[in-house]
Amino acid sequence: MGQHIDVNHLNIYYGSFLAVEDVNLNIEANKVTAFIGPSGCGKSTVLRTLDRMHEITPGAYCTGEVLLEGQNLYAKDVDPVAVRRDVGMVFQRPNPFPTMSIRQNVLAGVTLNNRSISKSDADDLVEWALRGANLWNEVKDRLDNPGIGLSGGQQQRLCIARAVAVHPQVLLMDEPCSALDPISTLAVEDLINELKQDYTIVIVTHNMQQAARIADYTAFFNLKAVGQPGHLEYFADTTTMFNNPQNEEAERYVSGHFG
Amino acid sequence: MSQPTIDFDKFKPTRSYIAARKRKDIVMRVLIVLAFIVALIPLISLLWTTVVRGVTRLNWDFLSHNMTNVIGGNPTPSGGYGGILHAVIGTLEITLGAMLISIPVGVMCAVYLIEYAGKSRLATTIHLLVDVMSGIPSIVAGLFAYSMFALVVGPGTINGFEGSVALSLLMIPTVVKTTEEMLKIVPNDLREASLALGVTKQRTITKIVLRTALPGIVSGSILAIARVIGETAPLLMTAGYIVSTNMNLFSGEMTTLPVYVYQEYSKYRANCSAEAATGCVTTIPMERAWSAALVLILLVLILNLIGRIVARVFSAKKK
Repeated sequence: MGQHIDVNHLNIYYGSFLAVEDVNLNIEANKVTAFIGPSGCGKSTVLRTLDRMHEITPGAYCTGEVLLEGQNLYAKDVDPVAVRRDVGMVFQRPNPFPTMSIRQNVLAGVTLNNRSISKSDADDLVEWALRGANLWNEVKDRLDNPGIGLSGGQQQRLCIARAVAVHPQVLLMDEPCSALDPISTLAVEDLINELKQDYTIVIVTHNMQQAARIADYTAFFNLKAVGQPGHLEYFADTTTMFNNPQNEEAERYVSGHFG
Repeated sequence: MSQPTIDFDKFKPTRSYIAARKRKDIVMRVLIVLAFIVALIPLISLLWTTVVRGVTRLNWDFLSHNMTNVIGGNPTPSGGYGGILHAVIGTLEITLGAMLISIPVGVMCAVYLIEYAGKSRLATTIHLLVDVMSGIPSIVAGLFAYSMFALVVGPGTINGFEGSVALSLLMIPTVVKTTEEMLKIVPNDLREASLALGVTKQRTITKIVLRTALPGIVSGSILAIARVIGETAPLLMTAGYIVSTNMNLFSGEMTTLPVYVYQEYSKYRANCSAEAATGCVTTIPMERAWSAALVLILLVLILNLIGRIVARVFSAKKK
């Protein structure tokens, strides 16, 4: 089951630069929430604070709260490594580990942490994760082939399988289809629709049709001017966002008048 | 704004311009091929000379004997004229010692610089020092090791390990630099992918970053070894020269192949007195020097091959 996330008064900094200002957001469990907005408005930055990936950039930090099922991810005694196990992430460019086979890539989250896993458990996990990522039928006969030998769309689904294999509660996706062709995009979108039964999904996308197709809720981020901090302009369920937004900027954006 | 009046036709290449470009193309091609040939001449000449002169005395007896009981140009009881067993053992042990010191230090230094230090002042300082170190003349490295052992162990200490220390001073900068380059080209995506799976930084570095960069690190280390395996001066100073086989890296003098070549070259000619046995060869020292040089080249070649095989086995698989 997925878990819900509450973001309270989140300010995100790169060094002394305030990148995103005062975000308040409730992300519902087992729904797809899309982040849209013009380039540089900080949607990816906000996404990366949800699994504490933001802070691996030197000098980056944030203030405020991110509550996963009521538990603050930024509390003093919380280990970022543990957070990233609960909140998985899929990146813009497919990034399977080049030294590993398909099977090893799926098991990476387990084996890299030196957990021992019996062969039969590993087989089950690989099949379960790859089925979950709609990839099993395409690769079941060549699990020992290198992961980077797959096509771009297959690689991205392999990355989703890899993220799913560590049993996260939430899946974050940072423009997962922007490097893919339309057919692979469709495959990944279908997959997202299935995955939301088990996970809470947050997806950043530049493609508004994509947000309209797959998201239950949509958050529109904006920035006043280049060099100014970004902020959450408007948050609504997707139907309202695209048909009847109660916000002028959001309306201009989704109707294609700017951005 | 009005359209600017520019005669675009005059930008079109004229026939004479195209002809001139073709001529230049031919001239440059010829020049480049010539430069390539000029660069190859010394290399091929060197290899040819070493092989032709080296094979005359290169046989199993030469490889399996040291220089004890070799008197002048006389043949030894085994029928040979002495050999390089002790020098091969010395070269392998001293180089292995240098590897064991410099590869861990160099790789860890590079990991610190790339994965931890960022742009800190310490990192800039280390970079500067590594650059300075890579320019150290080898004889200075020898002097350093010699004085260090004189201070720590006792005056006049000479042993194989001292030679390893001197060589590692020369190897470390190369290892640091090549490893650093290899770590830099590991895509950041992979680090992020690993961290996002809830893998710790330490495991991300050892199992993803170093693992992905391994082929490059191996070939960089082989290059560094190839650089120091032919060093003569610092080893003459730190490891000394003996004619018998010394297996102990930590005590007693040790001969390496380059030092052996140098010593044989210094003798130039062997004595054959009037009552010498038949088969006494006056030119044997130079012949031994050439054969030892050939063995040294073969040793580096074998190292290179091993490095390539290791790199091939561990490289990112692509089908």
